[in-house]
This record gives sequence, C-alpha cells and structure tokens, in this order.
Amino acid sequence: MSFELLFQYVVAGVTYGIIYAVVAIGFNIIYNTTGIINFAQGEFFMLGGMTAVTLNAFMPLPLAIMLAVLVTMVVGALIEMIFIRWLISPSVLRMIIITIGISILVREAALHIWDESVHALPYFTGNEVTSIAVGPVRISPQVLWVIGTCTVMVLALNSFFNQTSLGRQMRACSANRDAARLCGISAKNMVTLSFVLSAGIGALAGCVVSPITYVQYSIGTGLAIKGFTVAILGGLGNSLGAVAAGLILGLLESFSIWVMPTAYKDAISIAVLLVILFVRPSGLFGSSEAANLKEF
Amino acid sequence: MVVRRVLPTLILIGLVVLTEQVTRITDTRYYLTQLTMTAYYGLVIMGLCLLMGYAGQISLGHAGFFAMGGYLSGLMTTYNLEALKGSSLGSMLTTLNLLVSRKDLYGDVTLSVHPWVSCILAVAFASVVAYLVGGPVLRLKGHYLAMATLGFGIIVYRVVLGSAIFGEADGFSDIPGFAVFPGVEVSGRASVRVANYYLAWGLLTLTLAGLLSLVNSRIGRALRAIHGAEDAARAMGINTPRFKLQVFVLSAALAALAGVLLTHFNGAIGPAQASVMASVRYVAIVAVGGMASLWGTLTMGSVLNMLSLRGYFGSLDDAVFGGILIVIMLFAPDGLLRAHPLARIRSLLRGTEEG
Amino acid sequence: MERLLEVRNLCRRFGGLKAVENVSFSVKEGQIKAVIGPNGAGKTTLFNLVSGFLKPDSGTVLLDRLAVQDLPSYSIARKGMARTFQHMKLFPKMSTLENVMVGRHIHGRAGFVPSFFNLPWTWSEERRMRREALDLMTRLDIENLAETEATSLAYGQQRMVELCRALACSPRLLLLDEPAAGLNMRETAEMAKMISRIRDMGITVLLVEHDMSLVMNISDEVAVLCYGQKIADDVPLAVQKNPEVVRVYLGEENAQDS
Ligand SMILES: Nc1ncnc2c1ncn2[C@@H]1O[C@H](COP(=O)(O)OP(=O)(O)OP(=O)(O)O)[C@@H](O)[C@H]1O
Ligand SMILES: [Mg+2]
Repeated sequence: MSFELLFQYVVAGVTYGIIYAVVAIGFNIIYNTTGIINFAQGEFFMLGGMTAVTLNAFMPLPLAIMLAVLVTMVVGALIEMIFIRWLISPSVLRMIIITIGISILVREAALHIWDESVHALPYFTGNEVTSIAVGPVRISPQVLWVIGTCTVMVLALNSFFNQTSLGRQMRACSANRDAARLCGISAKNMVTLSFVLSAGIGALAGCVVSPITYVQYSIGTGLAIKGFTVAILGGLGNSLGAVAAGLILGLLESFSIWVMPTAYKDAISIAVLLVILFVRPSGLFGSSEAANLKEF
Repeated sequence: MVVRRVLPTLILIGLVVLTEQVTRITDTRYYLTQLTMTAYYGLVIMGLCLLMGYAGQISLGHAGFFAMGGYLSGLMTTYNLEALKGSSLGSMLTTLNLLVSRKDLYGDVTLSVHPWVSCILAVAFASVVAYLVGGPVLRLKGHYLAMATLGFGIIVYRVVLGSAIFGEADGFSDIPGFAVFPGVEVSGRASVRVANYYLAWGLLTLTLAGLLSLVNSRIGRALRAIHGAEDAARAMGINTPRFKLQVFVLSAALAALAGVLLTHFNGAIGPAQASVMASVRYVAIVAVGGMASLWGTLTMGSVLNMLSLRGYFGSLDDAVFGGILIVIMLFAPDGLLRAHPLARIRSLLRGTEEG
Repeated sequence: MERLLEVRNLCRRFGGLKAVENVSFSVKEGQIKAVIGPNGAGKTTLFNLVSGFLKPDSGTVLLDRLAVQDLPSYSIARKGMARTFQHMKLFPKMSTLENVMVGRHIHGRAGFVPSFFNLPWTWSEERRMRREALDLMTRLDIENLAETEATSLAYGQQRMVELCRALACSPRLLLLDEPAAGLNMRETAEMAKMISRIRDMGITVLLVEHDMSLVMNISDEVAVLCYGQKIADDVPLAVQKNPEVVRVYLGEENAQDS
C-alpha cells in the first residue's frame, strides 16, 4: 500500500467520522436535556441538505445554506413544541415510538416533496476534480470544508455550553432538572432549545457534506444508527467522547474496505453497535458506575 | 367462567365464517386474498403483542424474523438439488419424502426440499437465531434494546439485499405452493382461495386462543410483572432473563411461521418485507391495539392491514402508519379502543396548569 | 439456634465510595434482627448484596450454610429469601390479588407449553394459587382490596400489600427495607405488630428501619452500620447504651434538630 492511498483512506475516514460525530452530538444534546434518544436525528441532516439544494436554485450558496439551517431549526422547534413539550413524564417506550413516528413522517414528507432522486449541492470551491496539495498528496477542497466546518461547530458548541450563560443553563438542566427549575431556569424552553440546536448542527453538517455523499430522502435512518453507535461508543451524553468515537468508527469503516466487500461497509457500524451494547454500554470513555445511574 | 373464556373465540370463529359467506353472497371473493394475508400478518402481530405489550420488551427487528422464515423456505423449495439425484443421499432423502420433484414454469423437472421440511427448518432456524441474539440483547433496556433490535433487523435486511443467493433487490418469485394437507395447498391460486382463507384464520384463531390462555396464566402474570417492575419480579423468584428469552423466541417463531406461509401464499418475497419500515409497522399496530391487548391488537391489525393491502392509503401508506404511531402515542398510549378522549384532555389541562 | 443467614466480610464499593466495608453478622432462625444506621450508611446496599441484587466485591453470604452470593437474585428467592423494597415496587396495572399471586409464582409449575395449551391441570393450579393468595390476604386483613389496582391504593395499604406479596413466597427469611417509612403512627404500630406476628409464624426477619422505637421494641438483635462499617451488634438494650452508637445517633439527631 502506497503512502498516498493510506492517506486517502485516513482522509475519508476522518471526513465521515466527523460527520458521525456531529450526528452523535445532536443525539447527546437532546439526550442531556430530556433523557430522550431522538430517533429522528438523521432526518435533520437530510432535511438540511435537501432544503439547501432546493434553495440554491434561487439564491447564492451561502445564503441557501444559512436559510436551510434556519428552516431545519424551525422544524426542530416545531417538532418539540407539537409532539414533546406537553407530555407529562412519558415512558421511554412511548418516546421511542413517538420519535420513530416523527422520523417516518419527515421522511415521507421529504419523499413527496423531493421524490426519490439523489441531490447534491455544488462543491463550495472548485468542482469534483479540483484538488489541492497537502504535502505530498492531493485532496478535494470539499473535504477540508467538511472537516473545518465540523471542527468549528464542535468547538463553538463546546464554548457555548461552557462559557455562555444560556449554555450553562442547559447544562444545569441536564445535571438536575428539578434543581435547575428551582433556580428559575425554564426547563421546557431549554428542551426546545436543545431540539433547535441539534437540528441546526445536523442541517449544517448535511449541507457541507452533500457535495461528496449526496442526499436522498431516505438517508436519515442509516445515519441515525451510525450517529447512535458513535454516541454510545463515546459514552452517551459525552460530546468530546463522541468526536473520538466518530473518528474511530469513520476510520474503521474506511479501512474495512481492505478486508471485506464495500456492500457490507454499513454492517461494520451495526456490528460495533451490537458489540459495544453487549460488552460495555457505558461506552469506551464512560465509567460503568455512572452509566448505572442513568435512566434508560 | 369457562363460557366467558371461550365466548370471544367463538365469536371470532363466527365472524370468520360470516365474512366468508358474505363474500360468497356479494360475489366479492377477491377480498379473501387480502383477508388471508391479513391473518398471516396477524400471527406476527400477536407474537409481538405478547413480547411488547405483556413482557414490555420492544423489538424493532421483527420483520427480520418474518423475512428469515420466508426467505429460507423460499430458498429451500426453489433451490434445485438436481445434483443430488444420482447420489445415495439424494435417493434416501427422496424416499423419506424430504425432497420432492416437480415441474417448474418451463416444464423442467427440479428436485427441491419438501415444503413441510423447509417450513420446519426455517422456523427452527429463526428460533435458534432469536435464542442466540436474544440472550445478550434482552439484557438491554429502553433505548438500548430498541437500537439493538433495530440493528439486528438492518443486518437481516442488508444480508437479503446484498446476497445473490437471496435474489438481491428482486427477492424470490415462483415459489411453489405448500401442500399442508393433501388437497389443501397454501398458494395464491383462485381455486384454493376459500381453503386458504380458512386455513389462515383457523391458524390465527388457534394461536390467539393459545396466547389468550397463556396471558391469563401464571406465565402471563409473570410477564406483566416483568413489564411493571423487573426488580420486584426477580425478588419474587421469577427467572426474568429466561422468561424474556422464551417470549422473544416464541414471538420470533410466530413471525417466521407467518413469513413461511405468506411467502408460499404469495409465491414471492422481497427485501421490503425485511425492512425497518416493516418492523415499525408491526410495532405501530401493537401500539394502536393498546399494547397489552391481544384482542385490541388483532382488531386494529386486521383493519389497518386490510386497508393497507387493499391500497386505500395509496402512496401515503408509510406516512399513514407513521402518523398513526404518533397520534396514538400522544393521545391514547393505552390504545385506541381504550382511549377516553375527555379524560385525557382533562388530565392534559390539569397537567399544563401544574407544569 | 441455627444460623439461618450468615454474612462474612462483605465488601462493596461504588467507584471510590466504600458503601459496605467488611461487614459480618448472622441472623438466627426465628429471630427478628434489625440493621440500623444513619442515611447513606449502606443498609440498602447490604440488603441488595444479601438478596443477590448486587454482587459483592468480596465476602460470602450463607443462607442455611449454602453460599448464595454468586447466585442471581431469583435463585436466591427460590431458596427461601423474600424481600421488600425501600421504594415500593408494586406491579402497576395489576390488581392487588394479582400482585400477591405473583408472589406465589415459585409455588406453581405451569410453564409456557402447558399454559399455551390450556391443560386442565393448569386450571386447578391457578385456582389453588388464587385461593392461597386470598387466604394470605385475609390473614393480613387486606382481602377487601383484592380487586383494586395495587398502585392506586393509599401509601400505607401499598406497604401492606408489598409485605403480603413477599410473604406469599412462603419465605424462611424475610428482608424488609424500611417497612414503616412514610407510615403514620397508627400504621407504624400495626406494622410492628404484623412483623412480630410474622416471626411467630416461624419466619425469620431481617429489617432495616429508621423508626427507633419500632426497632427497639420488636427486635431480638440490632446491628448498627455507619459509613459502611458495622459498629455494634447486640441485643437492643446493649446497643442503646453503646457509646459509639450514641455518638453517631445523637450527633445525627442534633444535626437534624438544628
Ligand atoms: N448504585 C449505586 N451507585 C453508586 N453509589 C451508590 C449506589 N447505591 C448506593 N450508593 C451509595 O452508597 C451509599 C450507601 O447507600 P445505601 O442506599 O445503601 O444507604 P442506606 O443506608 O440504605 O441509606 P437510607 O437510610 O437513606 O436508605 C450512599 O452513599 C449511596 O449514595
Ligand atoms: Mg436505604
């Protein structure tokens, strides 16, 4: 194996890995404030990419992306307000079924709006064949866009949760909802905010990656499974763990092509998911004691 | 007491016969085809109802077991074993009636596994898989269990979609009928439509009767106890892992059996039967039926499947099921037949005042 | 008297916290033994270790000379140990009678297949279990609640139902985790009487309780836990005089008063 090929595999692995990490962080944000795993998480990603493609027909790319992210955030807020907000301590089973239902509805709506065809945004800079030299090898600039945007997003989220007062309020909610409420934090608004945030980052990731991977109405479920795998692998609720786990899964998938047919690439993440669930549900970086305290 | 227990079953039998008579009188025999299919889906749903509604263990992978039954039986009854013909093994199996020759569509004689054998093998295989998968999976709870079963379903889907031996995206077609008894063949031919209808509903009624007595027994009580408070159930000496596993295997076997029969009835099976959406539909029906209600599940399942199979939902088929899931879970988590709309609205209003 | 339960050098930590540290004690057949200690002393953890809900890091639990610490909780229950929970765990959506009948579970044998095929002998077994459950409920004076949904009962009644359910297992050793928590004075007195009666039926009782007067009145022996360690184990009068116990308890009492 030449160095160049190896490098290409690593780049592909990192690109996908960071996308999975963003989806996983979307899971984490909602899980932290509500204890819910939002099975419709992948749909935000799809919605962002699809909306941007449509809007791009009428307006310049940056504007289209911004608007698409905004639209998806509004959808996220609506979903929370219509379906989640007014439920009084729903059971886990009920929440699973409701979010699955939401994901089906969003997907079916997308099918009727955009049909089954595959869409993609144009490359942000250059086109399919443009490449730039990084040391001895050449990579597509879009890859840099993906890695760059996602990294900035992760860092921005991190400082949002740690530095801003709103972010701290959200963390307070996830640590102890009742105590947070006593301090005058509106837990319900924090939940809405978590849906908005999680929809927003999903949509943005969907936009930047669409030139490479394309988007279709049905990509949500597969992406959600991978995002969930990464979220578990990194320890549910732990966003830095998600980044590390995302990279691990991305690289694993990328290098799996050496040993097995591409058709089974998707099976890797499911196998990883099943193994980690059976062996260490607290994730690679979480402590199993802490996991025992969580309510599943 | 005894009368009260068998009365509902008798009513069901009456309804089944009545429906058949009505289709005869009104000359709408073609309905029987979808009614037969509905009954087979009913088997899957009953099993899932036991697992989800009574034992409280969600499965988002039941289409996987259904497909396993259908695909394996389809494979065994269509795979040409002509190569075995001369061998002593082949002749031995043929004398034992485990292999049968038949003419295919083009008049060629093929040698393949007897449907009874393939049916038993397919159901047994699915049960063994359920046993092996269930061990580790059922230790999980809530979201983790949902995701693990979903993952299992996706793997089955990928395998049938990606394997040439299972026909990839096309699946199987030209699957022969399944002569259950001499003269009664599970197949879609119009001449055996009535017999198939009675066979399917008879099987469903028997299953329902069995499951009803199961849920009203010591076992059913233990299952509901596991659902309600697993710790307390264990403190009462209930072997919770074994019970969960047994229910899982039972429901998987029912799904596989339904898969086998429906595949022979339709003469075909495709990957859509193994898809996540198919699993979600089963879950939706159990939810609409009220989770822990075999009768509710049967009623709602029959209505929804009938409407869906007759094409009333058109291209909105999946959307309808998704919508139903949400609406039921939001407004009537105990099922449509047990919903008290006014009481719920009142409790909602009270809830928002407090919250 | 025989030692029905013997606990030796039991240890269990949660992360860095030593919830139960090197605890040994025994319960003699026919006794009421109490475990007391301030909040967070590790009493519930000790119960969970004894009943198999948690696995100890080290140490042994002998039930009638048989080591049970590695058995799953349901097997231990089958060997004659029943328990209640500090935070009651009744089965929701089931009537009180059904709750108690689940307690009879281990005394029935109808499995999946006989139940599915509705074999006649399963009916008579079902009738027998129902009768036994009702008899027990009558003895505890809660038979009038039989058809009510258990989780909709008043708190005190729920405690009684949970006790009844545990008794339905016909245990030799009964573990009660704070059976009087949340009960008013009259109910507490009733519960105390009930526990004495249970002992008189020949069932050994190990209980955790905060209500001092209850513990001192009915127990034959009292063990005191503090920060996971056993600091005293004796007859009630001696424990009340033990200087270390007095320090721990009065210290806590004073802290609560202020
Ligand atoms: N599953 C667990 N994981 C981590 N720590 C635990 C766990 N269970 C108990 N602990 C800790 O172990 C210590 C002992 O708890 P335990 O519940 O046994 O106390 P207790 O004596 O029953 O108290 P109380 O009187 O409040 O019921 C406490 O500090 C508690 O926080
Ligand atoms: Mg306690």
